[in-house]
Amino acid sequence: MTEINRRDFIRFATVAGASLGFPQLALAANPKVVVVGGGVGGCTAAKYLRKLHPQTDVTLIETKKVYQSCFMSNEVLSGDRTLDSITFDYEGLKRHGVKVVIDRVDAIEPDKKQVVTQGGETFAYDACIVSPGVDFKWDAIEGYDEKVAEVVPHAWFAGPQTTTLRNQILAMPEGGKVIIVAPPNPYKCPPGPYERAAQIAMYCKHHKPKAKILILDPKDKFSKQGLFTQGWSKLYGFGTENSMIEWVGAAGGGTVEELDPSTMTLQAEIEEFQGDVINIIPPQKAGKVAFASDLVDGDWCPVNKLTFESSKHKDVYVLGDASSAAKMPKSAYAANSQAKVAAAAIVSRFNGIEPPDPTFVNTCYSILGEEHGISVAAVYTLDKSSNTILPIKGAGGLSPMNASDQQRKREVSYAHSWFANLIDDMMM
Amino acid sequence: MQREKMMKKKMPYLLLGLVVLFPATAAAAPSGQALAFTCAGCHGTDGSSVGPSSPSIAGMDPEVFIDAMQGYKFDERNSTIMNRIAKGYNDEQIKSMAWFFAKQTLRLKPQKHDAEMAKLGAKLHDEYCEKCHEDGGKPGDAGTLAGQWMPYLHYTMEDFVDGRRDYPRKMKRKVDAAIEAEGDRAIPAMIHYYGSQH
Repeated sequence: MTEINRRDFIRFATVAGASLGFPQLALAANPKVVVVGGGVGGCTAAKYLRKLHPQTDVTLIETKKVYQSCFMSNEVLSGDRTLDSITFDYEGLKRHGVKVVIDRVDAIEPDKKQVVTQGGETFAYDACIVSPGVDFKWDAIEGYDEKVAEVVPHAWFAGPQTTTLRNQILAMPEGGKVIIVAPPNPYKCPPGPYERAAQIAMYCKHHKPKAKILILDPKDKFSKQGLFTQGWSKLYGFGTENSMIEWVGAAGGGTVEELDPSTMTLQAEIEEFQGDVINIIPPQKAGKVAFASDLVDGDWCPVNKLTFESSKHKDVYVLGDASSAAKMPKSAYAANSQAKVAAAAIVSRFNGIEPPDPTFVNTCYSILGEEHGISVAAVYTLDKSSNTILPIKGAGGLSPMNASDQQRKREVSYAHSWFANLIDDMMM
Repeated sequence: MQREKMMKKKMPYLLLGLVVLFPATAAAAPSGQALAFTCAGCHGTDGSSVGPSSPSIAGMDPEVFIDAMQGYKFDERNSTIMNRIAKGYNDEQIKSMAWFFAKQTLRLKPQKHDAEMAKLGAKLHDEYCEKCHEDGGKPGDAGTLAGQWMPYLHYTMEDFVDGRRDYPRKMKRKVDAAIEAEGDRAIPAMIHYYGSQH
């Protein structure tokens, strides 16, 4: 920088900025925010509330002692990483001054502006953030329920079921068959089932080269389909007779209606399929606490997308997968982005000013092989008149088709950076 | 490159800063901070990446940041994902992000490096690079090298050398001279040197 000294300018800018700042309205000295749910949305909001407005008294309530990320959990299935490497405690949030309470919340009480935990503690709030993630619709596939899921895992929450599924793949016979039952839209992590197929194939290619992975899908198309198809072809022979991966969409009879766990047989629309390992990812809806707290309309929680305040209850904010945030996908990066918008809006409210104009990004990587990564990205703006988050035209999109091996390899290393930085930004 | 040079002339920094302070279009514009917050999932909180390969952008000179973003936006610079993301921002937004990141303190993490290579790299840096990348490559008038994530530096040099990124003549001359002196290990040595700083 040559025209003027940069550091002098920054000094000037900072001083001028401060004197132009909005007047701080006298509210309660330490406004109270209660965050229900310690996933990406809840953690990011808690951290950024403290960062933007350090006098905020933030309490985060979560049922589990540790956070296990769903993003990168498919890499545990291939053996490329351990479950430990995607397990994190909440000490980092505590260092930011967030009070972390391990307890269960059945429902919040918007009328009393309080949250009572199962352990009997009561937390009053000025603003409550509900970020419970997704829950399953257990009645969608006959014969499949929470109990059966212990042996026919969904592994759609990272944790014990991830280990179960990994061990079942390891124990499977040489020429065994893994069946993945993909869910209907909308669900969290749209490319997840297809990345999972690739990660399982990545393991089998080295250890059980005769194995097959069959995806049964109630949809006719899926996220990053062209890129997955190309990557599967290149790495796992997709489209050939010897393909390790096979995909059956809705038109081909991919919709699964019933499971018989005793024979490991799935009844799909047209025919039956038998597998050595079955992974059913059930249809999804907002987490339990959202239903119990009257925050849903249908399966998801409607919100004002300027602030992520619930359309149903004042001073309650719903973030992440549970919110109805079209056209953003239900992804970790989206939840992280939404949480910062909500945190800024809540702080504005404490300061008695209008919420700032929001901006959002989503970035999502999938790893198909040791050196084969692909991504999708979008930059979003809010169309206030329709309360819709719209992707900015001409920006974002998918990794190019036919990219060089070098580009695909770099995307794997950027995927690992995305994982590390997302975890760091939300809770460290 | 022509376009970038013209842009630099047209943008005296005082004016550039005033636009940020007194945004004429404030009515419907996310702040630099709000825009910059969306970068954290890959580039770290306030632009200090925890690695292993996406670069830190905290403390960057605003001019370098703007050049990079415009380069990505107009596909003049090779990238995997940044060209797609940069297209989502207008000139004002890029400027306001540039000023946000310029004000952030760069926090570095130790990286695994080869001490012998780093020693050679330090020597090469002093001889061939220090003139433009001052202070061992700390953020300044040129891009951040000191403490930058090594895979990112490696990709960047690959792109320069393989002709996927516009290689400034002066830089090419210097890098070629370093290779002339130390052979194929010249570039890796410099990368180990930058990676050794934290």
